[in-house]
Amino acid sequence: MDMSQTKTVVVDTVPESAVSTRNISKNYGEVEALRDLSLEFPRGQLISLLGPSGCGKTTLLKIIAGLLEPTSGEVEVNGKTVTGPGPDRAFVFQDFALLPWASVIRNVSFGLEMRGVAKSEREDIAARYIKEVGLGGFENAYPHELSGGMRQRVGLARALSVDAEVLLMDEPFSAVDEQTRRKFQEDLLGLVQNENKTFIFVTHSIEEAVYVSDQIAILLPRPSRVHEIIRPSGFREKGADNIRRDPEYLDIVDQIWASLRTYVE
Amino acid sequence: MTNAEPTAVPGAPFGAPGTKRPLPSRALVLKIVSALILFGAWEIAGRVPVSLAFPTFLESMGALFRMAVDGTLWTAYAETLQPLAVGVAISAVLGIAIGLWVGLSDFFDWLFSPIFIVMQAAPLAALIPLLVLAYGIGLTSKVLVVCIMAMPVIVLNTAGAVRNTPESMKEMGKAFLASDLSIILKIIIPAASPVIFAGLRLGISAGFIGAILAELKITPTGVGDIITYSRSIADYPSMYAAIFSIILLAVLFLNLLEKTEAVLFKGNQRGYVSD
Amino acid sequence: MTLFGYRLPGMSSLIIWGLLWEIVGQAGLTFFIPPLSEVVGTLIEVIQTAAFQKALYETAYAFIAGVFFAIVIGIPTGILMGKNRLLDELLLPWVNVFLSAPLTALVPVLMVLFGFGMKAIIITTTLFAIWIIILNSRAGVKQINRSLVEMAHSFGASPVDAFFKIYFWAALPEILGGVRIGIIRAVKGVIIGQLLISIVGFGALFELYSANFLMGHFWAVLIVLFALAFTISEFLAYLERRVSYYAAKR
Repeated sequence: MDMSQTKTVVVDTVPESAVSTRNISKNYGEVEALRDLSLEFPRGQLISLLGPSGCGKTTLLKIIAGLLEPTSGEVEVNGKTVTGPGPDRAFVFQDFALLPWASVIRNVSFGLEMRGVAKSEREDIAARYIKEVGLGGFENAYPHELSGGMRQRVGLARALSVDAEVLLMDEPFSAVDEQTRRKFQEDLLGLVQNENKTFIFVTHSIEEAVYVSDQIAILLPRPSRVHEIIRPSGFREKGADNIRRDPEYLDIVDQIWASLRTYVE
Repeated sequence: MTNAEPTAVPGAPFGAPGTKRPLPSRALVLKIVSALILFGAWEIAGRVPVSLAFPTFLESMGALFRMAVDGTLWTAYAETLQPLAVGVAISAVLGIAIGLWVGLSDFFDWLFSPIFIVMQAAPLAALIPLLVLAYGIGLTSKVLVVCIMAMPVIVLNTAGAVRNTPESMKEMGKAFLASDLSIILKIIIPAASPVIFAGLRLGISAGFIGAILAELKITPTGVGDIITYSRSIADYPSMYAAIFSIILLAVLFLNLLEKTEAVLFKGNQRGYVSD
Repeated sequence: MTLFGYRLPGMSSLIIWGLLWEIVGQAGLTFFIPPLSEVVGTLIEVIQTAAFQKALYETAYAFIAGVFFAIVIGIPTGILMGKNRLLDELLLPWVNVFLSAPLTALVPVLMVLFGFGMKAIIITTTLFAIWIIILNSRAGVKQINRSLVEMAHSFGASPVDAFFKIYFWAALPEILGGVRIGIIRAVKGVIIGQLLISIVGFGALFELYSANFLMGHFWAVLIVLFALAFTISEFLAYLERRVSYYAAKR
């Protein structure tokens, strides 16, 4: 296909893909943000898009979400071509994108409200997910009364409550502090295991990507391309507490840094 | 060296005076002290007197009390507030509608924005003689004066606020399948409302200027009549009392609006777009 | 606004409005709106008259004097308020009061105190401009990054050095912003002053034109005034961007 993708591991061992992108290009005028990018996202897994800033990982995520249109190429979700946002995908925003004038429960039920779910029903569902993300008791609080980490839990509950098959997460933990982030990462592992959903996770943190992902797609800039796909295998079953000192984990982190370091200013 | 706190919020140092007040009691005491100093200085200057046309504070307050008791003040305000209320109401409805339109559509932005930008910078008071020629010296002219003073800032603030709705909030709406109408009604307008409200407040402030200008320039009615008449018969205490009362009224009303704003849009504050 | 892929310049819609004005004028719908072409013709005529030049000179004089006092008094007051807490707490309520007060109501007082002339107009102009200059200078000083101050101390800067090399520049963007808004307000103030004290400058000119129903003259002067005001405001915004390029990146 393309010289730049020779290293792509063809996904053949895993089952059917929930999301696939085919030859996606995106130009902003003269600037090439993405060139001819193809990726498969297997069902039920968490796939990270990792790369230095400017590699187009958020652009790709927003194209999958249907928020941006690719200049060429197409995205398929469950075999259907994406033409815009749809009920099969939900988005978690880097800056949370909460409505500051609405209470937690109204924020969480926003997606259901837009789907025309009746008020009492959507508030029942929202309340359930608020509890699930650990915010029980804060239903009537407003975003400005919450810490950054709690705000992102609201964003997460909002995305979960619409029960979409695919969760798109755009650097969701980058605006919260280190300790909260660790807690989030652990919770995310539980979520991947319990919910039968596909997660596409954009991050710029190598450790975070290796810790949470079933697959890591490493994107390199200028022009943007998939450099490599890494599939950690050995430490996923050893339990969340042991991952960070697993030799394979450490090796992968080092290996990724080795291939990224030349692209960091 | 590294404990830098990025506190600077460039944009509007305008509406946030005295954000860090340690004890409300100290602030209150100092406010009273500062009022005493100012009114004391006024009293002393009046007693010297610095000018024959400068009555003391107590004389002026006496005149104010007298006018309040015999009812002149209230009839005057009933008359003054009429063009102000009508003008502000028209400016608010029309200004917010145009502002939303301009903020949402590129075409109307291109078409209307220059007019309001020029109006905002220009001394629109110069139009008053023309308005008087065209519409006479009645209520219409006065309402129009209030409108031309109040409208530009309302339009510009509304349009700017709509345009500045955070991109990620609009994307969030789209990602969760909101229709264009829902995005406007449930995201853009609520997000813009603090700035729209602030624009309204600035518009009302400008409307006060217009209403008084109209009464002093076009025909003396209401409070403008008290000012003009007492000046002509050299009843300076009454003149100062009328001026004091209108400034007091405007300031109290605008402060009330600001307080309302703070309660209404708690946690949802953003800077003003422009003066 | 883009048309056929070509970006229209920001203020180009004013041409449309000018055309509309011309059409309304030519149609003779109302006596008060003569065609734009006629107004422009009058404009060229008017700006050569002695009466206009006198009005422009008087207005410019009052305006410059008013702005001068507003800046010279306003900036130091604001800086002092920013540095001294007691002074700040005593003055701030009044600055806020006068910032939003309908200052037109004070013009009659100025008239009886300072006479029906230039002095009262200059003071009106100053009163319109000064409060926002004070408030912004104060805010500029208050927002100076603490670590900048500590940096100056740790590198052994003397107080004078610290003031001229750190405080002044750190507060400059806000101060300039205040001066810009103040000057725009001063333009309005000087015209309001002249309208109420209508024997000087454009106030007198407007009386003359409206008494004689000279609509073309009236609009011609309005165009000149509005154009001048707009140019001043845009020029100041440009200057502010040039000088305060670092303001957004602090």
